[in-house]
Amino acid sequence: MNSMNSAVFPIIVPLFFAILLMFAPTQRVYQKIVATIGILSTLSMSVFVLQKVHTDGAQVVTFGSWQAPFGITMVADSISTLFVTAASLVTLFIIWYSFTAIDREREGNYYYAVVLLMLVGVNGAFTTGDLFNLFVFFEVFLMASYLLSVLGGTKQQLKESLKYMFINVFASALFVIGVAMLYAVVGTLNMADISVRVTQLEQPAIVTAISVVLFIVFAFKAALFPFFFWLPSAYSAPPIPIMALFGALLTKVGVYSILRTYTLLFPLDTTFTHTLLMILGIATMVVGCIGALASWNVVKIIIYNIFIAVGLLIYSISLFNEESFAGMLYYTVHDMLIKAALFLLVGLLVYVTGTQQLRQMGGILTRYPTFAWTFFIAILCIAGIPPFSGFIGKMLIVKGGFASGHIAGSIWVLFSSLIVLWSMIRIFIYAFWSKEGRFETVPKPTYVKMLVPTVTLVALCVAYGIFSSVVWPYVQDGAKLLMDPTLYSQFVLKGVK
Amino acid sequence: METIMIILIGVLVTVATYFILSKNVIRIILGTALLSHAVHMLILTIGEVKKGEAPILGTDGSTYTDALPQALILTAIVIGFAVTAFVLVLAFRTYKTNGTDNLEEMRGDDYE
Repeated sequence: MNSMNSAVFPIIVPLFFAILLMFAPTQRVYQKIVATIGILSTLSMSVFVLQKVHTDGAQVVTFGSWQAPFGITMVADSISTLFVTAASLVTLFIIWYSFTAIDREREGNYYYAVVLLMLVGVNGAFTTGDLFNLFVFFEVFLMASYLLSVLGGTKQQLKESLKYMFINVFASALFVIGVAMLYAVVGTLNMADISVRVTQLEQPAIVTAISVVLFIVFAFKAALFPFFFWLPSAYSAPPIPIMALFGALLTKVGVYSILRTYTLLFPLDTTFTHTLLMILGIATMVVGCIGALASWNVVKIIIYNIFIAVGLLIYSISLFNEESFAGMLYYTVHDMLIKAALFLLVGLLVYVTGTQQLRQMGGILTRYPTFAWTFFIAILCIAGIPPFSGFIGKMLIVKGGFASGHIAGSIWVLFSSLIVLWSMIRIFIYAFWSKEGRFETVPKPTYVKMLVPTVTLVALCVAYGIFSSVVWPYVQDGAKLLMDPTLYSQFVLKGVK
Repeated sequence: METIMIILIGVLVTVATYFILSKNVIRIILGTALLSHAVHMLILTIGEVKKGEAPILGTDGSTYTDALPQALILTAIVIGFAVTAFVLVLAFRTYKTNGTDNLEEMRGDDYE
């Protein structure tokens, strides 16, 4: 294996297997075997790159041996590989869960191929070092997500995916406008080159304006405060595994892009942009808290919890110190894992009760004790109770907030954790404790097959919290890199004067 | 020349915004098509509409036009084309299944 090009392996491997999957869409055994091999090899590639980046420093691939600002660069540094690994890990569990949770009709219509293609887009967006290439990878995973959201063609899915598409087509047009304006001002599309040239410009005002245009694009993807309106209905239409895939990965790409643009490309007028980020981040948390408490639909409660996490991540980006960045990286990986786990758990909840309405459920604890206690542990994880995975990330972010003097913001973060816990415990009290509610007659083997990947994923979340020292060196590398954007341009533009 | 182009792009964006805000699905799709035209023209304009040879080696001239925006537009056109094809078929299926092409009647959530 030529390890020089290792940065692109997590993108090429799922692409290759997605193409293989397209040859025999109706062969269910073939589909499952190839999808499993595909996602396992993607995951092992990501772990390999993560290890390589940690030992040898960031991996840079420039296609066709063109020098850095002229060709397209793929950059695997400690931040992007951490996210790529988390994304591949989450997809592995969702594919495993899909084996039982997705119906035959969807399975026969290129379901696994499209899931892998979406992973191609997400991994590509994490790894790319070129702004227009980022747009192309956005379109790759958006196109896959359009297909996944409409696959099956129920009434609800059709009308919601139509709205989802309109919003994203508009946001993509805005992205190209932003890229075009930035090209007019700095004359390059390579991120490292932009970050060098932006500092040499005499007009910071226009750059700030462009940064806000790009921010609006990424805020649409990440569902930040004024641009969140499409998410609750669009995410609740497709089946549970697809919902889990969207909830765990798609908003995080928006968050990652905001992280990259505001640490690397636009570090000039930070007082304005970071105040903007902080206000919108906190407002997003407020929206999420209100939604999570107001809803009686279990799926919607989890969806509103996505807002709280995204708001928290944006708030931590706005703090701009090493502690909050480390917390942010740590929390993003935790949030990808736990959101996927919660969606899978809720999928099982809906499967055994046959309803999404919390008021109609009850008494699950006596019938399904394993499931109930797994759900309880997942609640402790997402709320950030100390030995579990949500704790360290949130603690670092809160500490970073106090260090920067934003005491009110940090107290609000702590308060929002309380609301997360309250909204989730409400599900536990109504659905698991109270007197017997609705139940479907569920075949035992199917229930076990759905339970096993869910329990494994929750166990992984617990392990991520307990053995956090294993992840810590990677997170620390990433935080150092975010604090000093010149490091990034140095290793990308190596050999260019 | 750039000023005229920018005004034209502004008009296109205005019309596109007006169309996107309407209730009819087909009008919204037309609006997104107009918006993508505006965006592609914007990329062309920021590459400076200066006189120069077409960027093909062999045409004799000392200056060429900027080749990069043209490559960007070509990529954006193909992506926009694919998305538009998908959204048109989706609109057709939605019309057949839900029996309406009015977004006002597509409100509400069966699970709420």
